[in-house]
Amino acid sequence: MRVQQISIFLENKKGRLARVTEVLGENSINIRALSIADTTDFGILRLIVNKPDLAYKVLKEAGFTVSTTDVIAVEVTDQPGGLSNILRHLDKVGINIEYLYAFVTQTASSALIVFRVEQVDEAIKILQENGVRIVPGSEVYEI
Amino acid sequence: MTTYWDQYHETMSRDQLADIQLKRLKVLVERVYTSVPFYRQAFQEKGISPGDIKSLDDLKHLPFTTKKDLRDTYPFGLFAVPRSEIVRMHASSGTTGKPIVVGYTKKDLDTWADLVARCFAMAGGTKEDVVQNAYGYGLFTGGLGIHYGAERLGATIVPISGGNTARQIMLMQDFGTTILAGTPSYCMYMADEIIAAGIDRKSLRLKAGIFGAEPWSNNMRAQLEEKLGIKAYDIYGLSEVLGPGVAMECPYQNGLHIFEDHFIPEIIDPETEQPLPYGQKGELVFTTLTKEGFPVIRYRTRDISALYPEKCACGRTHLRMERITGRTDDMLIIRGVNVFPTQIESVLLEFGETEPHYLLVVDRKAAMDDLEIQVELSSRMFSDKVAGLEVLERRLRERILSVLGISARIKLVEPKTLPRSEGKAKRVIDKREI
Repeated sequence: MRVQQISIFLENKKGRLARVTEVLGENSINIRALSIADTTDFGILRLIVNKPDLAYKVLKEAGFTVSTTDVIAVEVTDQPGGLSNILRHLDKVGINIEYLYAFVTQTASSALIVFRVEQVDEAIKILQENGVRIVPGSEVYEI
Repeated sequence: MTTYWDQYHETMSRDQLADIQLKRLKVLVERVYTSVPFYRQAFQEKGISPGDIKSLDDLKHLPFTTKKDLRDTYPFGLFAVPRSEIVRMHASSGTTGKPIVVGYTKKDLDTWADLVARCFAMAGGTKEDVVQNAYGYGLFTGGLGIHYGAERLGATIVPISGGNTARQIMLMQDFGTTILAGTPSYCMYMADEIIAAGIDRKSLRLKAGIFGAEPWSNNMRAQLEEKLGIKAYDIYGLSEVLGPGVAMECPYQNGLHIFEDHFIPEIIDPETEQPLPYGQKGELVFTTLTKEGFPVIRYRTRDISALYPEKCACGRTHLRMERITGRTDDMLIIRGVNVFPTQIESVLLEFGETEPHYLLVVDRKAAMDDLEIQVELSSRMFSDKVAGLEVLERRLRERILSVLGISARIKLVEPKTLPRSEGKAKRVIDKREI
């Protein structure tokens, strides 16, 4: 049920993001979703790609500081209150969301939300019990 | 268990040693007085003549020699023999002006090789060893000094010099290198490359490393020992005095034995120039006792150390000097606080979460000194959460503040982006214009 996310440390320096995408492109790796958290000095680039293991390997070889993190992807209906409904379930059991980001699928009737929490298994269980559709990694990579 | 190259001289009693030193000092003083006009003048200015040296204690009346004196007399002004007796010259890089030139007679080279052989034996070296010499060859004394010492020992020397890391690693595997010699920063770089290449260190035959030519910390020693699976020995020397082989660490790794039958060490207060007692930190000063071509009287090294007279478990009677923790000229004064790069290195390595590659950038902003410490982030410590990295920065900042008493900005940078050196590491950029 988990989705593998690739995280990359980037100094705030010209050309670093371009270099990441170049390495991925050269290895025919497709980016599904992307988010950047940044501070004055550095940024953390988070990526969902179609070939996470290969992406980790080639980025590491290219000299980047890379790690992989397990995140959860859920499908949210494209209507008011859709996200709120999901967050409520996690809040109720005290699961804190470290960060999240969203992307729209090609079918566009729903959005995908990617969550990062400490208690991954517990969160999956709660969401499933409440009828939230969790999108497994294999499916996300192929979107 | 320790091995000696010259057990007689290395373990002689303090009294015997003092006899030899005094005899040699008297000859030296007489010689520089008659053959080096610079020294004759310096002695006369202090009202001293060679006959005034009656005991080792009289050394303190002799004038100092400084780096400036060496520059002012460039190139051959301090040579004590005719140029035709000089069989080799070495020189500093001269990046800050004219280089320092030193000359060696045939006998000087013989002494030098012998002292470096002592160093190898101290690190357990024998003729069975394969020594990979990653010190630079050329005018710098490191490469050739180590080279001839290893040859004197009878070991197999691989004169690869600095740089060309992939080739270094290949030869290390193929030739079965047992002793690696080089600057600690370059050897650390090599160690990282070995690990990055996925080479099992057990497939290497390395047992010892002889590292010197720049200050390094005990934490760095621990990392080198762990990464390379060796025992890391500190070697000390400087071309003005001899080159590598002035002092060397024994297996007890508790200070470096100074070869006192050839050099008299002193520790002085760099400000007052007064000698300091054993155990106190100050500037290291050397008088060479046996050098013919380029003897020096009370040469101020600018290296910070301390001397310890207690007998060592290895059996050697020669004084031990504390590993060099900084130089009077490397020392940064930041907002009035004395800071040595090695202190910062020590803090960084203590965390064990960052690579020991760092750069100190000092600047002056609105009349205030500003210190930025750039640290390469290791993948072990990388977190996908901003807060995780901010916590690391804060902990480093707090630790620097409590250890050094200065506040600094920590800047995490990507791995392998700080300049690598194949010789002495460049750790400081001082942009202050004062």
